[in-house]
Amino acid sequence: MPEAVFQAEKAELDFESLAADIVAMAVKAGASDAEAVVSEGDEFSVNVRMGQVETLTESGSRALGLRVLFGKRSASASTSDFTADGIRQLVEGAVALAKITEEDPFTGLPETGEFGSLPGDLKLYFDDVYSLPAEERINMARWAESSALSYDKRITNSNGASFDASTGRKVLANSRGFVGGYRTSYAGISAVPLAKDENGAMQRDFWFSGARRMADLESPESVGKEAARRTLRRLGARRMPTQQVPIVFAPETARSLIGSIFEAASGDAVWRSASFLAGKLDESIAAAGLTVIDDNTMMLRNGVGGFGTSPFDGEGLPSRRTVVVENGVLRNYLLNTYTARKLGMKSTHNASRGLAGTPGIGAGNLYLEPGTHSPEEIIAAIPNGLYVTGLMGFGTNLVTGDYSRGATGLWIENGQLAHAVEEVTIAGNLVDMLRNVTAIGNDLVFRGPVASPTLRIDGMTLAGA
Amino acid sequence: MANGRKLISTMSFPAASPQSQSESSHKRYFFEKFGITERLLERCLGEALSAGGDYADLYFESVTATSLGVDEQIVKSASQGTSAGCGIRVLSGERTGYAYTDNLSPERLLHAAKTAALIASGPAKQPVQGFTEASVANLYPVPLGGFDLDLAARLELILRIDRAARAYDSRIVQVRASYSEELRRILIAGSDGSFASDTQPLSRLNAFVIAKDGAVTTRGSAGAGGRSGLSQYSGPKSPENLAQEAARGAILQLGAIPAPAGEMEVVLGPGWPGILLHEAVGHGLEADFNRKGTSAFSGLIGRPVASSKVTVVDNGTMAGRRGSLNVDDEGSPTQETVLIENGVLKGYLTDKLSARLMGTANTGSGRRESYQSIPMPRMTNTYMLAGEDEPEDIIRSVKRGLYAPNFGGGQVDITNGKFVFSASEAYLIEDGKITAPVRDATLIGNGPEALKYVSMVGHDLKLDEGIGTCGKNGQSVPVGVGMPTIKLDRMTVGGTGR
Repeated sequence: MPEAVFQAEKAELDFESLAADIVAMAVKAGASDAEAVVSEGDEFSVNVRMGQVETLTESGSRALGLRVLFGKRSASASTSDFTADGIRQLVEGAVALAKITEEDPFTGLPETGEFGSLPGDLKLYFDDVYSLPAEERINMARWAESSALSYDKRITNSNGASFDASTGRKVLANSRGFVGGYRTSYAGISAVPLAKDENGAMQRDFWFSGARRMADLESPESVGKEAARRTLRRLGARRMPTQQVPIVFAPETARSLIGSIFEAASGDAVWRSASFLAGKLDESIAAAGLTVIDDNTMMLRNGVGGFGTSPFDGEGLPSRRTVVVENGVLRNYLLNTYTARKLGMKSTHNASRGLAGTPGIGAGNLYLEPGTHSPEEIIAAIPNGLYVTGLMGFGTNLVTGDYSRGATGLWIENGQLAHAVEEVTIAGNLVDMLRNVTAIGNDLVFRGPVASPTLRIDGMTLAGA
Repeated sequence: MANGRKLISTMSFPAASPQSQSESSHKRYFFEKFGITERLLERCLGEALSAGGDYADLYFESVTATSLGVDEQIVKSASQGTSAGCGIRVLSGERTGYAYTDNLSPERLLHAAKTAALIASGPAKQPVQGFTEASVANLYPVPLGGFDLDLAARLELILRIDRAARAYDSRIVQVRASYSEELRRILIAGSDGSFASDTQPLSRLNAFVIAKDGAVTTRGSAGAGGRSGLSQYSGPKSPENLAQEAARGAILQLGAIPAPAGEMEVVLGPGWPGILLHEAVGHGLEADFNRKGTSAFSGLIGRPVASSKVTVVDNGTMAGRRGSLNVDDEGSPTQETVLIENGVLKGYLTDKLSARLMGTANTGSGRRESYQSIPMPRMTNTYMLAGEDEPEDIIRSVKRGLYAPNFGGGQVDITNGKFVFSASEAYLIEDGKITAPVRDATLIGNGPEALKYVSMVGHDLKLDEGIGTCGKNGQSVPVGVGMPTIKLDRMTVGGTGR
C-alpha cells in the first residue's frame, strides 16, 4: 500500500482507502481501536493595496492524523509525510505513545450503532471558487478596494482588499467500520480602508462577503462601499464618562456572546465545573425570549449548505440540530462521546477533530433565534446608551462569568446614533447579562457559522474617561 | 541537558574551504533527510526569478512536536506530530509572490517556484551563484541529533504539578497539567547568495486549576517555558512553583470583589505585565504598518511618545528565551533594537522588504508562523529597562488605584492606537496599601499617549516566564515581554464597581 500511495500522488488519491488502511495498520500493531483522518486543502489568496498587487499566494497541503486506543489508554500522532516511511512512523509513533498513557474509564470510540452520515448532497462544495482566471481574481480585490477608496474623500489610505478561494477535503475512518468524507469550498472578498479626519486622527474598519460558491458572493463594489461606510462612521470618536447604560450589540459583536454561551455549555467545561452554566440544565439561565440553536444540518436560503454544516461530526456521528437554550431555559449541553460519558449522557454529535489529540467540542451553525424588533426600533427606545460595533481583547471568564472587554461603537442619544465612541470598556457578568437581554432584533443573517441578530443588554457598566 | 556544544560555525558554502567540512547539523539535516542539494537550491531560485523580480528565497522547515497531558491524576493524552515543507517567495517592488509545498521532491519545489514567479513580469534574472553562510549566535544549544526524548522525565514534570496543586488547598477541585515541546529546523537560501540554517527548540509547561468554595468557582493558571532543555524547569519555573502559582490565583479569586470602573492610578507589577509594551507600542512600531502609513505611530520617529523615564527595547538575542532566535525567518541575525529611548521614539522593527523599501537597516525581525506563511516584521522579546524607584515606594505613592501583577491576553488596533490587556490578578490600592483582590478586568488605553503617564519606574526589571504567543494577520509566533514595576498616573480600568 505505501508504495502505491507515493505513486498515486499526482492522480486523485483515494483518501477513504488510505484512512482505512492506516486504521488497519494500527490494529495490526496491537491497537484495540483506531481512528484516522486525512485532510487536504488548497488555497488562493491575493491582496491588493492602493491598486497594486501586494501579495499573491497559491498552494496546497495535506496531512494525516491517527488516534489509537489500547483498551482505555489512548494516544495520537500526525504527519504531513504521505510516503510509506511517513505512514509507518505515524503508526509506530502513536502506538509507542499509547504505552505511556494511563487508563481513563471514559475513553473510547462511540458505539458501533451510533455512526452515520447525513444522506444526500449537502451542497458544501462548488468547484467554481477556482473558476476565475488569475487576472479576474486580482480584479475582484482591486474593484473592492477602489470602491472603498472612491467612496469619500476622507478615505485616504488602505490596508488593502483581498480575494481568497479555498477548497478542502476531509476523510475519517475508524476500526468500528465508519468511513466517510466530504469536500468544502469557500470564496471571500474583503476590504480594509483607512479614513482620516480634519485633525489627522486615523480609523480603519473592514467588511467582507464569504460564500461556498461564486454566485453567492456579494459584489466587490458593495463590500468596498460597506467597508468605507463602517470606517467613516468611526471618525471623530470620543471617550465617554464612566456610567451604567443600556448596551446594544450589533450582529457582528453579538455573535461572540452566543459563542460564549456555547463554550460555557460545552461538555468539557461542564464536567470540570469550569463554567457558569455547569449544573444548570433545565434551569432558567437567560431572558425568556432567548433561544439558541446549534444546527449542523442547516441549508441556507439559497439552497447551499451552511458555513458550519457537515455530514458527520469529528467522531463519525451524523450531524444534527441541538436546542441549547429554549425560551431562556438551558436545554442541552454540547457533548462529544467522552464528555457525554463523563456526564452520564448521550453525545449531541458535536465532536470536533483536529489532526492529533483527543476530540474536542465544536459548534456547527450556531445562532440566536431572531426576535421581532428592527435594529432601528431597538436603538430608538434608548435615551442614552452605546451601540457596540467592535470588541477588543479576551476579557471573558467562562468559569465566573466575568465579562470585561474593550469596545468601539456609536453613542445613542435620544434614540438616535449621535457620534463615534472609542477607548471604553463594557463590563458585567454573563450570569446577569443573559437575564438582562431586553430586546432581540429581527436581523439574523448568516455571514459565517456563528450568527446573532442585534441584542440589547441592560445593567452593564461602561468605563471610560 | 547537554549544553555548550557549538553547532554553527562560520563557513563559506559551498566553496571547498577547510571549514566547509564542519557543515552545520541543521543544514545537513535537510540535505540528508530530504535529498536537498545546493544545485537544487540554485535551480529553484533560478526558476523563482524566471520572470524577473528583485529577490527570491526558499524557506525549508521541518517541525517535530510532542505533547503530554495529565488530568484528574491520569495521564490521559500523549501526541506527536511532524510536518515539513518549503515556502518560496519572490519579491518584485512592493509585490510578494508566494507558493509552498509539503512535498520536497525536486519537481514539486520547481513547480512552487514557478508559481511564485508569476508575481513578476520581466526578463529572467540570475540568482547569485554559490551561498555564503554568515556567522550567527548560539542562543539555544541543541545536542547533535536533537534532544533525547526522555518521556518519563517529561511526564514527571506534569505529575509533580498535579501533586503540588492538589496539596495546596482542599478547595482545589480540578487540576490539569500539560507539557509540550517542539524542535523546528529551518534552512533559508536567498537569490543574493545568503544562506542560513538553524535548529530551534521550544517547550512549555502549564498548570490549570479550578477552585470551588460553596457556590463560587474560580480558575487559575500558570506556565513557563523557553528554548532550552528540561533543566529550565527548576526554581521559579519548577512544577511545584507553577502549581502553587495557579492554585494561589484561583483561591485568591474566590474572595475577590468587583473591579473598579473608570480612570485611576494603575501600578503594574514586574514581568508579564510588560504585555502593555507589546500592545501599546510594539505592534505600532512594526515597519509594515509604518511603511504604509497605517499605524498610529507613523511619522513619529524622533518625537516623544512616553515619559522620559521610559526606554523600551526589542531583543532577540537573549539566551534560551522563548522570543529569541539565532536568525529570523529570512535568515538575518536577530539583534537588540531600541524602540523608545528616554521617552523618544527611536526606530521601527524591520524585515528585508520593509528595510529595502524604507531605506533603513534590517533589524532581523522578519518572522513567520510556518512555511505556509509570508514573513513580516514581528517582535521577539520586548521589555522596558529598569528605573530607580523602589517598588514599595511606587505602591505607597498611590492614594486610590489598582495594582495588577498578572495578566491574560491583550489586543491593539494599530491604526487608532487603542489597546486593551486583561488583568487576571489585581488588587485595590487604598492609601498606599495593597488591599482587596478584585475580579478580572480589562484595562484600555491609547498607545501613543499611555506611556506619557508613566511617573515611576522600579529597579526590579523581570522578564516573563516564557509562555507568550503573539498573533498578527492570522500568524502566531512565540514572543517574550518584560517590565519593572511601573506606575501610570492614569489608565481606564474596565470593572463594574465604584
